Amino acid sequence: MRPFKFSTTADSNEVSKILIANPHARLLGGGTNLLDLMKEDVERPTELVEVGNIDVMKIVSPASATGSIVIPAVEKNARTANDPAIRENFPMLSQAILSGASAQIRNMATNGGNLNQRTRCTYFYDVAMPCNKREPGSGCGAMKGLNRMHAIFGWSDKCVAVHPSDMCVALAALDAVVKVQGANGKQRSIPFTAYHRLPGDQPQKDNTLQPGELITAIEIPKNNFAENSYYLKVRDRASYAFALISVAAAMELKNNKIVRVSIAMGGVAHKPWRASVAEKYLLHKEATEANFKIAAANEMKLAKPLEHNLYKVELGRKALVRALMQAANGGKTI
Amino acid sequence: MAIIGKPINRVDALLKVTGAAKYAAEFNQPNMVYAFPVRSTIAKGSVTAIDSSAAEKSAGVIKILTPENAPQLKAIDPKVKTGGMLGEQLLPLQDNLVYYFGQYIALVVAETYEQARAAASLVKVNYSKEKHAIDLNTELPNGYKPQKVQGEDAQVNEGKTAPVIDATANKISYTYTTPTENHHPMEPHASIAVWEGGDKLTLYDSTQGVMGARGTLAYHFSLTPENVQIVSPYVGGGFGCKGSQWGHMLLAAMAAKLVQRPVKLAITRQMMQTNVGRRPATQQKMAMATDDQGMLTAIRHHTDSYGNKSDFFEPSGKQTAVLYKAPLREITYKIAKLNIGTPTYMRAPGETPGTFALESAIDEMAYKMKMDPVAFRVLNHTAEDPSKKHPFSSENLLDCYTIGSEKIGWQQRKAEPGQLRKGKQLIGYGVATATYPAGRSAASAKVQLMADGSVIVQSASQDIGTGTYTIIAQTASETLGIPVEKITVKIGDSSFPPAPVSGGSMTTASVNPAVMAAAEMVRKELLALATADAGSSLKGRRPEDIGYADGNFFVTADKTTADSYADIMRRNNKNIVEACTTAMPASGSGLGAPTAPCMEAPIDKEENSDKEKYSFHSFGAQFAEVWVDEDFGTIRVKRFVSVQDVGRIMNEKTARSQIIGGVIYGIGAALMEETAYDHRWANPTTRTLADYHVPVNLDVPDIDVHFIGKPDPHISPIGARGIGEIGTTGVSAAIANAVFNATGKRLRDLPFTPDKMLLKS
Ligand SMILES: Cc1cc2nc3c(=O)[nH]c(=O)nc-3n(C[C@H](O)[C@H](O)[C@H](O)COP(=O)(O)OP(=O)(O)OC[C@H]3O[C@@H](n4cnc5c(N)ncnc54)[C@H](O)[C@@H]3O)c2cc1C
Ligand code: SF4
Repeated sequence: MRPFKFSTTADSNEVSKILIANPHARLLGGGTNLLDLMKEDVERPTELVEVGNIDVMKIVSPASATGSIVIPAVEKNARTANDPAIRENFPMLSQAILSGASAQIRNMATNGGNLNQRTRCTYFYDVAMPCNKREPGSGCGAMKGLNRMHAIFGWSDKCVAVHPSDMCVALAALDAVVKVQGANGKQRSIPFTAYHRLPGDQPQKDNTLQPGELITAIEIPKNNFAENSYYLKVRDRASYAFALISVAAAMELKNNKIVRVSIAMGGVAHKPWRASVAEKYLLHKEATEANFKIAAANEMKLAKPLEHNLYKVELGRKALVRALMQAANGGKTI
Repeated sequence: MAIIGKPINRVDALLKVTGAAKYAAEFNQPNMVYAFPVRSTIAKGSVTAIDSSAAEKSAGVIKILTPENAPQLKAIDPKVKTGGMLGEQLLPLQDNLVYYFGQYIALVVAETYEQARAAASLVKVNYSKEKHAIDLNTELPNGYKPQKVQGEDAQVNEGKTAPVIDATANKISYTYTTPTENHHPMEPHASIAVWEGGDKLTLYDSTQGVMGARGTLAYHFSLTPENVQIVSPYVGGGFGCKGSQWGHMLLAAMAAKLVQRPVKLAITRQMMQTNVGRRPATQQKMAMATDDQGMLTAIRHHTDSYGNKSDFFEPSGKQTAVLYKAPLREITYKIAKLNIGTPTYMRAPGETPGTFALESAIDEMAYKMKMDPVAFRVLNHTAEDPSKKHPFSSENLLDCYTIGSEKIGWQQRKAEPGQLRKGKQLIGYGVATATYPAGRSAASAKVQLMADGSVIVQSASQDIGTGTYTIIAQTASETLGIPVEKITVKIGDSSFPPAPVSGGSMTTASVNPAVMAAAEMVRKELLALATADAGSSLKGRRPEDIGYADGNFFVTADKTTADSYADIMRRNNKNIVEACTTAMPASGSGLGAPTAPCMEAPIDKEENSDKEKYSFHSFGAQFAEVWVDEDFGTIRVKRFVSVQDVGRIMNEKTARSQIIGGVIYGIGAALMEETAYDHRWANPTTRTLADYHVPVNLDVPDIDVHFIGKPDPHISPIGARGIGEIGTTGVSAAIANAVFNATGKRLRDLPFTPDKMLLKS
């Protein structure tokens, strides 16, 4: 990899200044994604700032009066997944994190890094290939290439990549909020569904973070989904593979009637995809397989598959139904 | 003292788990520098200009090798036997031509690895691009029909089966396809080259064949072979991609010569996909017919595949020449040249894709005849080599079917697909036959018994993770009557007595007869000293009356009359008793040591691998139970039974590990492994192990391994055939057949990823 400066600056305002002044500066979380990209010469930062050292990352948030839970950006994925409060209140988030990567990687990976990990599109990773995300204007290698792993929703003619995270799919379904801090200590809260972007004309931008902003924490509001939620991941091997399709399905039931429902999909778009068409159909209906099937079919009607990922439409439909069935069944295998 | 066969722990286990076992890239040298290759980003054409000005200014850079300044190597001469085998007929940096994407076109040498890699990314290359060949079907019309495949005819009975097969309704005819695969051993290739003056070279290298590496390096650098030493004590897997010599080995030596410092060149996982061989994709057209009773009347097996810069092609018709009684068989090949990195041997080359096609087709034929697939195989079983008409040296395949059926619970299987389920999971059972040739080559070994009772065994063999160290120690221990703990095995160094490449599943069958013969000579020499020694209680005894164990000779009829090895050596003023022998199979040296330095061991011809009299093959039966998710098409192998007839088992534990590893390799081939190419650039898109999937723990079920264990009376006095490759054969067919039994879906295109299951109606 190319030479870079390594900073352990603690003052968050300083860090924001560094990030604004130098577009080639990057935050370093666990490094499980960034270092790989540096070795491949995809990311060429001239400066790395270690996240774990920054003051604002170390502030422990007080217990929230609203019952929400705040998870720090620098906390490791493994710790978040195994946190008893997360397991009890948001089991779907635990399942999602634990379905991703490997134990070793989850022990290194930070929550902030998980949100900002980049796509696994092979053309993005190979600097000999065209890629608008890596090099705007160079073309999209995947559009007419091997795109079996790519998007079926929300893609543009500039980019058809998917966001690779499992954790983020659960967070999208849980209506989490991303807490960020920018220049001069200015803080913002970004609803999770507005955090990641669709590629549009600027596939190089994965998210709506502004220059100089750091993710400090993720807040998950209280809900009543714990009983009836499930994270389902379908992949090419039994473990340690990115999702072909994943579904985070959560509902609140009263006498088997759906009073609140939230569904997000992974492996289908440039961001975690909220299945709002399916959600709308299901609200106030009975939790039955028949209803789930209609909801899933309605959602997948909007899919626009590419040359090699037609299978994702049918797989998505079946995965939606299975995840909803298992959620309705108390998270247990049907 | 039966040590051979015992499941003792690996003698190198502690070194490996503590990290003390040193692998090629770990032999750091004083004053060493690092090399990193620049690779082509086109698949065909030529390099017109290399601008290395930015790279030269980059920190730490010492030299950038291009065809302009690279040391000239002695050119390839197909007529010369170098003792080595280049993986591809292509020497690095000798001209500017490009034959595949990722080819080495320059090399950066710098003070550190990161500096070399950073500078490599700054090298700018201009090309003159030509249209590359990448599509097998487009290129096949320009392909060639090879004449020979591993010494045998490559076009057998061309066109002769059509009349038989066309004339009956009892036939099937399908095409089975397998993708390009890469070996991906855990340890990537690495070389450290050290020159002493201009005429002596040491190469620390991760290789399956130190002698071959020595031959190749000596030839192309015009050195005498004795002045080239290859050191490779531990190898983190090879599977064939370290069997021949590839460009990085030559590059390391070229760079070290040019900068006059030791050079380390460790290749990356990406280069493992482009520069060190692959199993080429195949399209296999199978057809067969039976009479009304289900007896096969003809089998046809045509393979289409590709090659590039070598004559190698995937010999996937091999098993079809050996299995089943069909009186007529047609086996043919057609090979196209593609601009893909050169193919090479990969674990069970030929049989791995070949048994997928043949054993899937046999299953389809059995279904067509409404016969049980095991019964169908039993009915068509042959007890002699159907092509050569020789008896097999030893063959117990029918026992394999019987034992395997029992262990998997074959009777639970429903003949009709889709009848068994648990929740959303459809359950099915499948069987396939495994087979692999049992090769043996010349090999030499030296055994030295020291005055303190310790033993050193030397042979230029290799342990590529299979357990060679351990079973050599067992062979020496049993033959000498000295405990394994006292035996030090030294292999992986070309300065030892020559031994063959660790490939073709022949190390055990080749090296251990040499070790045994040398150890016997040592023991006999020692006993002769004793029986001639007035100070010995064994004085005047006949050798046939003497037994040996734990470092002692004793009279078999009266064990108290004994003499210890240590005492005999002391009384005779011997610090060492040693012997070096070459075990030379009756059929010739094979792929083995052409320069045998030791005396030939006297071995009875009957038990010395005579290919004129016997056909040497191992056999097995593979049984799979699979669970298929009826919605998602995800396939999980839930149980696997592998029954193997591989001759005598040298070590129950390491042997079992070989079969387990082979089955896992087969699960990978069946369910996930594929090197994919984008046809526009002919580049592999599965560049990392996150894209090129191999099985992880959760993909691997309980694998029940059973050995028939009957020694092969004709392969060697030991009776052990090789075991490294057969475990992979038949596995993907057993899984395919089980998937059909579970779902009624017949997949003929590996690997069986969920998308293929979903799109198949
Ligand atoms: C082989 C492999 C398999 C994997 N499989 C899966 C999988 O199946 N599912 C899955 O979900 N993930 C998977 N992952 C991805 C893994 O989850 C991510 O690599 C990890 O979450 C990234 O976290 P990190 O802390 O290491 O990030 P880093 O690599 O340190 O950083 C990633 C990015 O985030 C930025 N960043 C880090 N912290 C902050 C912050 N506080 N504020 C703003 N930006 C920040 C960095 O600047 C960088 O751009 C896999 C990874 C590998 C290598
Ligand atoms: S899909 Fe996006 S990331 Fe992949 S090549 Fe196209 S632009 Fe690049």
